[in-house]
Amino acid sequence: MRPSTTQPGPRTGIVAYHAYLPGYRLQRSEIAAAVGASARGERCVAGHDEDSTTLGVAAALPAVRGREAAVGSVWFATTDPVYADKTNATAVHAAVDLEPGILAADLGASLRSGIAALFAAARDGGLAVLADRRGGPAGGADEREGADAAAAFLFGEENLLARVICTASVTAEFIDRWRAPGAPNGAAWEERFGEQRYIELADQLLTRLSEAGAELGGVRRFAVAGSNARAVRSVASIVQKATGARLEGADLADVIGNAGAAQAGLALADLLDAARAGETLLLISLADGADGLILQATGAIGASRGEPMRGQVDRGVTIGYPQYLLWRERLAAERPRRPDPDRPSAPFAWRNRRYKLSMAGGRCRTCGAVQFPLPRICYQCHAADDFEPVPASGQTGRIVTFTVDRLAFSPSPPLVSAIVAFEHGGRLQCELTDVRQPIRVGDEVVPTFRRGATVGGVRNYIWKARPVDPTTPAAAERSGTESES
Amino acid sequence: MAQHSLSDRVAIISMGCTRFAEHFDRSADELAVDAVAEALDGAGLTQDDIDAFWLGTYVSGISGMALARPLRLVGKPVTRVENMCATGSEALRAAVYAVASGAVDVAMAVGVEKLKDTGYAGLISPKIQDDGTRVNTSAPANFSLLVPAYRERYGVAPDMFRAAMTHVAWKNHANGALNPRAQFRRAVSKESIERSPAVAGELGVMDCSGVADGAAAAIVTRAEDARKYTGSPLYIKALSLVTGDGSGAADPRYDYTSFPEVVACARRAYAQAGITDPRRELALAEVHDCFTPTEIVLMEDLGFAERGHAWRDVLDGVYDRDGELPVNPDGGLKSFGHPVGASGLRMIYECWLQLRGQAGDRQVATAHRGLALTQNLGGAPGDCVCFISVVGSKPA
Repeated sequence: MRPSTTQPGPRTGIVAYHAYLPGYRLQRSEIAAAVGASARGERCVAGHDEDSTTLGVAAALPAVRGREAAVGSVWFATTDPVYADKTNATAVHAAVDLEPGILAADLGASLRSGIAALFAAARDGGLAVLADRRGGPAGGADEREGADAAAAFLFGEENLLARVICTASVTAEFIDRWRAPGAPNGAAWEERFGEQRYIELADQLLTRLSEAGAELGGVRRFAVAGSNARAVRSVASIVQKATGARLEGADLADVIGNAGAAQAGLALADLLDAARAGETLLLISLADGADGLILQATGAIGASRGEPMRGQVDRGVTIGYPQYLLWRERLAAERPRRPDPDRPSAPFAWRNRRYKLSMAGGRCRTCGAVQFPLPRICYQCHAADDFEPVPASGQTGRIVTFTVDRLAFSPSPPLVSAIVAFEHGGRLQCELTDVRQPIRVGDEVVPTFRRGATVGGVRNYIWKARPVDPTTPAAAERSGTESES
Repeated sequence: MAQHSLSDRVAIISMGCTRFAEHFDRSADELAVDAVAEALDGAGLTQDDIDAFWLGTYVSGISGMALARPLRLVGKPVTRVENMCATGSEALRAAVYAVASGAVDVAMAVGVEKLKDTGYAGLISPKIQDDGTRVNTSAPANFSLLVPAYRERYGVAPDMFRAAMTHVAWKNHANGALNPRAQFRRAVSKESIERSPAVAGELGVMDCSGVADGAAAAIVTRAEDARKYTGSPLYIKALSLVTGDGSGAADPRYDYTSFPEVVACARRAYAQAGITDPRRELALAEVHDCFTPTEIVLMEDLGFAERGHAWRDVLDGVYDRDGELPVNPDGGLKSFGHPVGASGLRMIYECWLQLRGQAGDRQVATAHRGLALTQNLGGAPGDCVCFISVVGSKPA
């Protein structure tokens, strides 16, 4: 029998979670048409300035906000890491503005890293960040059926949305899906071979879960994540028969696509979104073995969870396939007749980290003027070195003035920039992103963590501002409040 | 502590200015040699007669050796200065201060810039190593912020403001067409200005100044010595520089309808020169028309127009060459392009010609007023450096 220390503590559970679907959609039919094939549905696509790290930050911020001090660790999972050798979780840690005294680590570039991040975070009250961008050979099934998305889960022992009942794992070495490190395209063995292995592994997993104390007959809802679609379907059918539970998220692959290492996160977020108080939930991940997580929703699940993932599915903007290929640098765009950007200076970025990565500035203790980044001397009253920290992240801002720049370098021209005034004071000039309709002075924006240029392999991260989608429930609520006042 | 006027203590005794153009066949060194030679010839001096040199260049040379080498200056103090678009004017300011201090008898200011060797579009600024956090906007994008802000504040209809921007470009190109030293020597129709391709915000290509190579030079002496060299020197009436603290973007009080640095700089310049009504006292003004809305806003910041009225004055022809106050009668940056280190001295060169009645076809009728203003603006709205000079044909 496994030692009990591998199980999360008895009071452990999920405190907060958020799934992030980036704002772009690609019609599978358009991808398939490039190679004379046909396909249905659409996949979720990250913007040109989003990578696995920024997707992870977008998922983590809403889950962590206000609970920064309670985060015990950061476990980052992706198959599309920005860096090898250098840790990617540290940028997430910085952007979410967590305490220095915790571990932030990556879990390698395998599909199983997603569920591994959840298990690891469940054991130490940590933050599991599952983020991925999935593609494949042009026009092929992997490109069509992949997705770019992220989900983050904060574990803890107080104010739980769902308590962890138990976890179990079965490991097996066989060839189903593989990819050389750094290669853009992966490969898979004939699906039926992997399907049979995963059916065997799922059987063993159910046994292990029972042995760990789970009452499988009590499971009310379950979800299965994995990259082998046949295996996912077959295992779902077996689990349904074994437990009588309701399958959630069977359509995720159709409406979003398969987000690789983040797929277990999307499945779990969907499961939690559907859960009602007291229900027992089962998540199964099929990746080089089978892993299971059983949870029980608490009475807080209805009131305290954030915006459901399904609400984001229909908010995407459709882009063309050539646009996608340009964004992923699969096609080389014409370069502007301007110099290339310089490599960001490592010492400069380190000194500037409070602003650059955490978007923090300062409020002058003498006159109250807010400024970004934290200056030595206040622009307004000239008092020196007496500021209290102010984060812009998490605030909303309003556009003071803006311009569309057709000359400046941008991977997706034109570059739109604006002077943004924040609700708690302070103004700064920044780039706008995810601009979907003409900008107007006074429009509401929120800061969003994005990638800039990569020079010499060094990726420049910057905070931009994103117009608030007027269709989001939060925006509607705010404008409603304003019209009453 | 205070700043003091050097009015009438120093005079310009000779100047030189190359044609501003895409000089693919000439180096920065050759352009400098040409401008210096013209200035020396005009005063009947040789290099040996000059006690000290200041070179203004933004990107085309480092240290005073960038001038000492091509001129083969032996044993002379030569200093390179840089202050963005005020670079050429900084060279003059240093030369004037040197003469006024009594440290030297004769000093030369040289401005030179070679921009057409890069192969890039627009002006390429030197990059200071940073961490890439600052948003990388272009100059036209930065100045385009003036347009919606100004229209909004003063309730100007978009087509009226567009017409005023067009008038600025049309006027300056019409002036440049008469100037043999201008890069562009062709009048441009208002239709083609308004149809030009979009660059940033509501600015089209024809709302932007060009990119050119060029050089200009000035020799200065004590005012009492000036008539030894020329019968009609230009007296330095005011030199004013205000360097912004860069707080515009951060400061909610800044609304992108003005350049506070220019307002402060002009106040000081007018105090030095004893000017109270610039619109009627100045014979002409050479201002920094980097982009058409910049010139409109400058008319207010320099006190030539009431707040909110400059666009109307522009349309009424107040600043045309035959208007109440001719602005950029040489064609401005629009016709000359903007070889950064040379532009400030090129503006002074037009004052030199106009106040001495040597401007030929484009001679302004107001020259008898005897005072002319030059103004440079470097940076962006909310974050800029401003230089203003006033020169005069008559001593106090």
